[in-house]
Amino acid sequence: MSASSDSPIAVESHSPALRHHFADMEQQKQAASLGMWLFLGTEIMFFGGMFCAYLIYRYWYFNEFAASSRTLDIWLGTINTAVLICSSLTVALAVRAAQTGKRKLTVILLLATLAFGLAFLGIKGVEWYNKFEEHHIPGASFHFEASVPQHPGVPINSQHAQIFFSLYFAMTGMHALHMIIGVGLFCVLTFYAWKGRYGPDYYTPLENAGLYWHFVDIVWIYLFPLLYLIDRKK
Amino acid sequence: MASAAIIPERENYLNQEYGIKSWLLTIDHKRIALLYLMSITFFFFIGGFFALLIRLELLTPAGDLVAADTYNKLFTMHGQVMIFFFLIPSIPAVLGNFLVPLMIGAKDLAFPRINLLSWYLYVIAGILYLHCILTGGVDTGWTFYTPFSTAFSNTKVIEAGLAIFVAGFSSILTGLNFVVTIHRMRAPGMTWSRLPLFIWAHYATSIIMLLGTPVLAITLVLVVLERTLHLGIFDPALGGDPLLFQHLFWFYSHPAVYIMILPSMGVVTEVVPCFSRKRVFGYKFVAMSSIMIAVFGFLVWAHHMFVAGISLYSALVFSLLSYLVAVPSAIKVFNWTATMYKGSITFSTPMLYAFGFIGLFTMGGLTGLFLSALGVDVHVHDTYFVIAHFHYIMVGGAVMGYMAGMHYWWPKISGRMYPESWGRLAALIVFLGFNLTFFPQFVLGYLGMPRRYWQYPPEFQVLHVLSTAGSTVLAVGYVLPMLYFLWSMRYGKIAPDNPWGASGLEWMTSSPPPTFNFEQTPVVTWEAYDYANIPAPEEVPIER
Repeated sequence: MSASSDSPIAVESHSPALRHHFADMEQQKQAASLGMWLFLGTEIMFFGGMFCAYLIYRYWYFNEFAASSRTLDIWLGTINTAVLICSSLTVALAVRAAQTGKRKLTVILLLATLAFGLAFLGIKGVEWYNKFEEHHIPGASFHFEASVPQHPGVPINSQHAQIFFSLYFAMTGMHALHMIIGVGLFCVLTFYAWKGRYGPDYYTPLENAGLYWHFVDIVWIYLFPLLYLIDRKK
Repeated sequence: MASAAIIPERENYLNQEYGIKSWLLTIDHKRIALLYLMSITFFFFIGGFFALLIRLELLTPAGDLVAADTYNKLFTMHGQVMIFFFLIPSIPAVLGNFLVPLMIGAKDLAFPRINLLSWYLYVIAGILYLHCILTGGVDTGWTFYTPFSTAFSNTKVIEAGLAIFVAGFSSILTGLNFVVTIHRMRAPGMTWSRLPLFIWAHYATSIIMLLGTPVLAITLVLVVLERTLHLGIFDPALGGDPLLFQHLFWFYSHPAVYIMILPSMGVVTEVVPCFSRKRVFGYKFVAMSSIMIAVFGFLVWAHHMFVAGISLYSALVFSLLSYLVAVPSAIKVFNWTATMYKGSITFSTPMLYAFGFIGLFTMGGLTGLFLSALGVDVHVHDTYFVIAHFHYIMVGGAVMGYMAGMHYWWPKISGRMYPESWGRLAALIVFLGFNLTFFPQFVLGYLGMPRRYWQYPPEFQVLHVLSTAGSTVLAVGYVLPMLYFLWSMRYGKIAPDNPWGASGLEWMTSSPPPTFNFEQTPVVTWEAYDYANIPAPEEVPIER
């Protein structure tokens, strides 16, 4: 893979996007792609810390987690999951549109992605606001009373329920922060796509931002069942 | 790319552009390395200042120089500055930044702008931490143990935590850059088995940076959230578990030890063959031992928690795994020794530091085995024995390697030779000062002196006085090189391209290298450390 200096592209077509220290576009693309995958690896470790905490406390305080989970709005959560999956589709299509040189379509699909992303954040905001109203935000004004799901009348430990909500806000908050960064990223990329910077020869930034977006999406795919669907059966 | 006669005014990365802007906006990995060099040296002396205050306080059994609270802040900030702002970035961000592209025949790192970004993140983190120091400091111990850090400490925990969080991202980006560069930017013919072992060491280090640092980042975020918003994740009063914090913290912070020591091992592996005029013994074993250290390093973290209440069975497993780390480490020590065997050895400054490294690292490593034995650990846990052990690794090992590397590559970095006799003198002073400082601490710890106390029973005083005396000697040993390096930039002899007759692509370009490193991309047709076919330098810069 290192012997790329004899590639004909290097001499003939000096793409304006080729940075000075790469031999050719292929090497540049491969480097960027590997870099992105490694970065996503670090992201897995980053979220991994919280998933680890979740695992332990769910095991210890299962009843409280189940009771707390039931207070989350399953419909809003489901709609949000659908919204996010749609946004991943539009990103994938946008990358494809750039590869095939359809500038207008690329921009439209990127705008759709932005719309879906913002819709997700909006719905998430509504959910958080509801939690705020219900005093489910950890801290001094936290208030939560419920009984063990399978044993009505047996109260749960509200302090342990607070841990569920702590993790809920930490995990969805960190996820939302990643969404916000993604939206900012796609604003810039949409602008460049509109300017016509991406085409069949050069679409690496779009592809890598797409990878990031899919990653954030996958995190939610795990968060949704872990947070919303604990012991929902009647 | 063979060198012609050296003309001092030849265009190179230092004289191509002038002015503050050409430095602060540079994307040249060599200039960024120098930016890092200046910043980490600054923090090294801040951390050293704290260390000297600690040692001065411990000169007498009574707590007379500083108050107990101040002492807590001193050892906390000494640890955090030295670990996060000096040792972690030291060799990778300075020597690694400078040498990784040169050694593999690339024009730059894969992501030059991200490289500059990582320096700016470091600077932001540094300023945040300095602000924290100047406005009251932090007293949690460098480990931020909960619930003290989240519920009880009245110091600037949040600011220190955020500073280290940001510094962590600087280190993640450096690691990411290295891995991609080593995979994708090697010159034609530079196969994996021809890579200098310095590169293998940095590859292993980068893997740890990539996989470990994010875990520390999220842990610090959770600490900050618990402190500000009372999320109850680590505080037992809120139903949380402080052991979880310790697990997450050490999941990074134990491998972090290998972030500090592996690059140093890489430096020593360059220096030893060069000054023994022999191919390194067992290339593949040395390369693989770096990777093995990185892998095992992730499986031993709970040996910091043997007395924290983890189950006996998991403690047994972690104890066994900790012993396993000694295997690849010993492979390295034996291979360096075998490389020197029947070699034609020159006692130059870098080699003296490398000798120091091998001896002190062996001491540090063997005492590490004491600590990974469950029974012994109960006796010496949280005593000066532990302090002495990890200073043998981090100062005796990591810093010695850093100094070896700085001397070895200084001609390449600056284009000037440092004064050899001063260099050797400083190496000797550092070695003596180091042992005088830290050897008594092994004895102190074994006798029962606990760490993190500013007072102690009078019978320990003799050993403490020895240690404090040693620390002043050590300080002289560290100030000296800084002075003569600065001196040599103006008055040192002009360095030839390859003053040591060393192998490696970095010696085939001029000193200092041009901005894009090589006139033409080199094509590698020879094996690494081919000292049988490299003549010793004609004009030996130092007597044998």
